[in-house]
Amino acid sequence: MTRPARPAIGYWTGFAIVLALLLATPLVLPEFWQRFVTEILIWGLLAMSSDILIGYTGMVSFGHSAFFGLGMYGAAAALLTIRPPSLWLTIIYGLVGAGLVAVFVAYFSTRLRDIYFAITTLVFSQIFYVIIFTWTEVTGGENGLTFRQPPFSIPGVLSVPFTRDGFHWFIVAVVTASYLVLRRVMQSPFGKVLQAIRENEPRTRAIGYHVERYKIVAVMLSGLFAGLAGVLYAVQNKFTAPDFVFFLISGEVVIFNVMGGMGTLVGPVAGAAFFLVLREGLSRFWTEYYLIPVGLIFTAMVIFMPQGLLGFLKRRLNQ
Amino acid sequence: MGIPFDQILIQTVNGLVNGMILALVASGLTLIFGIMDVVNFAHGELVMLGGFVGATTLAMTGSFWIALAAAALTLALIGAVLQATVLRPLLGRDPLTTILATFGISLVLQKYALWQWGPSARKLQEPITGQFDLFYLEYPWYRVLTAVLAAAIIGALYLFLRFGKYGIWIRATTQDRVMAQAMGIPVPVVLAVVFGIGAGMAAASGVLFGPLGGVTQTMGSDFTLRAFIVVVVGGMGNLGGSILAAIFLSLIEAYASLVVSPAQAVIASFVVLILVQLFRPTGLFVPTPK
Amino acid sequence: MLALENVHTYYGKSHILHGVSLEVNPGEVVGLLGRNGVGKSTTLKTIMGLVRPSDGSVRFEGRDIAGMAPHRPAHLGIAYVPEDRRIFRLLSVLENLRTGLDRPGVSEARKDELLEKVYKHFPVLRERRSQAGGTLSGGEQQMLAIARAMMLEPRIILLDEPTEGLMPRMVSQIREIIHVLHREGVAILLVEQNVPLTLEAAGRVYIMEKGVVRHHAPAGELRANQAVIHQYLGV
Repeated sequence: MTRPARPAIGYWTGFAIVLALLLATPLVLPEFWQRFVTEILIWGLLAMSSDILIGYTGMVSFGHSAFFGLGMYGAAAALLTIRPPSLWLTIIYGLVGAGLVAVFVAYFSTRLRDIYFAITTLVFSQIFYVIIFTWTEVTGGENGLTFRQPPFSIPGVLSVPFTRDGFHWFIVAVVTASYLVLRRVMQSPFGKVLQAIRENEPRTRAIGYHVERYKIVAVMLSGLFAGLAGVLYAVQNKFTAPDFVFFLISGEVVIFNVMGGMGTLVGPVAGAAFFLVLREGLSRFWTEYYLIPVGLIFTAMVIFMPQGLLGFLKRRLNQ
Repeated sequence: MGIPFDQILIQTVNGLVNGMILALVASGLTLIFGIMDVVNFAHGELVMLGGFVGATTLAMTGSFWIALAAAALTLALIGAVLQATVLRPLLGRDPLTTILATFGISLVLQKYALWQWGPSARKLQEPITGQFDLFYLEYPWYRVLTAVLAAAIIGALYLFLRFGKYGIWIRATTQDRVMAQAMGIPVPVVLAVVFGIGAGMAAASGVLFGPLGGVTQTMGSDFTLRAFIVVVVGGMGNLGGSILAAIFLSLIEAYASLVVSPAQAVIASFVVLILVQLFRPTGLFVPTPK
Repeated sequence: MLALENVHTYYGKSHILHGVSLEVNPGEVVGLLGRNGVGKSTTLKTIMGLVRPSDGSVRFEGRDIAGMAPHRPAHLGIAYVPEDRRIFRLLSVLENLRTGLDRPGVSEARKDELLEKVYKHFPVLRERRSQAGGTLSGGEQQMLAIARAMMLEPRIILLDEPTEGLMPRMVSQIREIIHVLHREGVAILLVEQNVPLTLEAAGRVYIMEKGVVRHHAPAGELRANQAVIHQYLGV
């Protein structure tokens, strides 16, 4: 393999431009669209976490709604029980919640393949959905929980409530940092092994890699970042609901991955943006039936454009 | 235990009845999977559409039987067309793709139903009313009829597959698609027909279920999920296994709902799935794990 | 009747056939020899439409069949007996035969005739006709695979290593059935590693190496001078 001659410049320029645009949105866009962009970023983070499993390791999981949901409810637990509300503890609670689920899923990932893994993760999401939906005393049942947004705090130094713009920049920072971390990990030898597992698992095993261990780490990583997305969503919207744990959310995440381009990390973010914009736009005309054209577009893309919107950039984005 | 015997009895019969409906749905799903490796995420939506078509036909004609036939035939046709157009290009691609494609289709079908029939539930009028004496209890005739009809349809499928030229074609294609083609069997047609049969059976389930639970556009995901669990527990591609698994799981859920609410009883099926995946991943009713 | 010209076939990225040309005339038995992996099976699969050639032509009775749907060649009169037999394991012997028998335009009487004929040549199949194909021994499965092909009443049968792994007694039966088919005017394209059988049964022989036909001669010539065989097959 030849060493590519500094592809970095083009890539980092693009990166800088996108980052600048994202940071500028509070100054430019009206409030509705501002929040929209922030939400796209959060869903983008969720989609990125799913890409680790689907795009890089080749494990289709319909369980991300469980990670996301438990991140949300973990955050809710922190925000409802801890006085004064602490942003960082909220994040930790959320990550712990998601992490516990991830441990279970990780165990199954080592024993099941393909469709069996997919269905089992789907069932996992539903187990949590049913528990959360019916355990009304603790989880608020159907109606979910509401709470207040914690202030942005650096422990011991300052504590200032989020402004709309401030919160947006916080999200941009978190999502960007997550992206950079994940990118670094995927480009490392570890990430390369994951991709090898996707390409040809038996061969990777035969070469001598403990495929099980890699899968476990991949699931934990994926679950934690998905949980983080859940925490951010809870903090942004100040409520949680069982709907987010329903397996259809996992389905939407998979749609983001496929539409945007699997195995690229940014692709799924673009996929989330594409889907959410389509939904916003189409629901103007089609109201609640927007899923008919969106579903058709998605199905057509699966058949004709399986590499997704950014799939053609896959190699360059992964260098 | 403290649970009255008559409740256990009723739940046993309920479990059997629900099990037969579920078996009808799952047989179609496992048949489709066995022959073309397609995990049909939209299968529940086919049940739902069958229910709606049945409801509309029943309203127009007043006959449950015509409604049943109309729903089955309509969805069989839709299914065959769906396979021939959307799924055929995906043959041979990795299984993730068909899961996604059928998932996309399920979204479209679900919202289409919302568009055509609105958000409220349709109830179907059962063809025979009245109850009979089950030991010292009263049990609705219609429920028994449902189980009998479902069993009859599955039985008809079994006979069709076992005897007759087309049954041989279907079984040969399921075992070795390439060699079936080499023998001149028109495999593309067989695949479309089998998908149609699966869809027709799903639609019939929807109509049979109509009087019991009503038809809403969200019932699809529930059926899809349960059917998946049945097919995995029964052994994918294993027709007999799916039927046994459907009855087994429905009975467990029926008994569970004596103790917890029905919404929570569904967790019992989930737990069974997870246990089966841990200990007998190829299926509970498969003779020997490979 | 069957003519391949400069056929190139790929499996994914592997270039297996590098321009194969051969022909089979009506009623001929033609042998195709070569070491493992030179592309003999791929040649047969290309004829059968199970893989698509990227270049070259495959003509049967004047028609280009290279792009045809894979279930068409059987209806044109080409039958295939693959290397691993590939009988339908869960179908009974009779049901296996019926996959070839149940064709449009064949009367019930004719079907019975064909069945009787095949039972006469392979009595063991009559005995086991209700048994599942998978319960038959290797040799019996080979008989079934050939019988199944015969049910198509083909004009040419593509035989891929029919004697592989068989006991000598079974090999004789194969030899016998090839003679029977030849007498009935069915052409045979015989891929084999068993050189003596091929030289005895075939009229002409092609020898392949690395995806191309390297040598082509009447069987008699090769029987007389085995040096060429040694050269390409190392036997």
